[in-house]
Amino acid sequence: MAKSEFVYVTIIRTTPEKLWRALTEPEFTRQFWLNSIQECEWKPGASWRIVKPDGSTADSGEVVEIEPFRRLVLKWQNHLFPEMTAEGYSRMTYTLEEKGDTVKLTVTHEMDKSDSKFIKAASGGWPQILASLKSLLETGHSLAGTDRWPEGL
Amino acid sequence: MAADVDKVFKALAAPERRLLLDRLRADNGQTLGQLCEHLDMTRQAVTKHLKLLQEATLVVAIWRGREKLHYLNPMPIHEIAERWIGKYERGRLRALAELKAKLEEETDG
Repeated sequence: MAKSEFVYVTIIRTTPEKLWRALTEPEFTRQFWLNSIQECEWKPGASWRIVKPDGSTADSGEVVEIEPFRRLVLKWQNHLFPEMTAEGYSRMTYTLEEKGDTVKLTVTHEMDKSDSKFIKAASGGWPQILASLKSLLETGHSLAGTDRWPEGL
Repeated sequence: MAADVDKVFKALAAPERRLLLDRLRADNGQTLGQLCEHLDMTRQAVTKHLKLLQEATLVVAIWRGREKLHYLNPMPIHEIAERWIGKYERGRLRALAELKAKLEEETDG
């Protein structure tokens, strides 16, 4: 199958509304997502980008589907590494499902290309971001090192 | 939280289930049928093990068209590592793990 993908799931003790805000609003993403923010109007077809602390673009794309507090699908192209930019667009999906007093967050990231360098890199980066997101929502504190952009990246 | 961690450790406590995780690590996104190939386990046994792995969220199953595909989810193990190992030692532990892998590779070869 000419495809690269991964599926990550984390269960967070929070509400879908709080989790949605944490995933989209700068005051939250700065704390657990390497001090980055996202610029987006959060509606179908809107352009989307991840902005590094120095103002440059780390990734860009657009909103494919959006259902607040439940589901978000983004077209996503990396701009940090030329060989990953050259791979074109990946597709990233968040799914939020409320289960009792927790929310199950599923992150699927895929590209129609075998052995994608970007998907491999993203699969290594997401666990730390997601673990820090969980910590932030459950304890009020993100994990050490996730509130700043890595040097040299 | 405590109960979830118990499920993860219980799921990891059987070699058959660790073998299933290894198979998914090598080739992520497999159907039950694909997972059963080349395994010395009945389909029923694999189904049972997969159920426990899914309850621990170590494996996530997603429908793609008419196929149910199984994916390895590293998040529970990452969260356990984060809890007891933390940020500070990670760099040194990785260096040690790489050294061990390298030395063992040389011994095997």
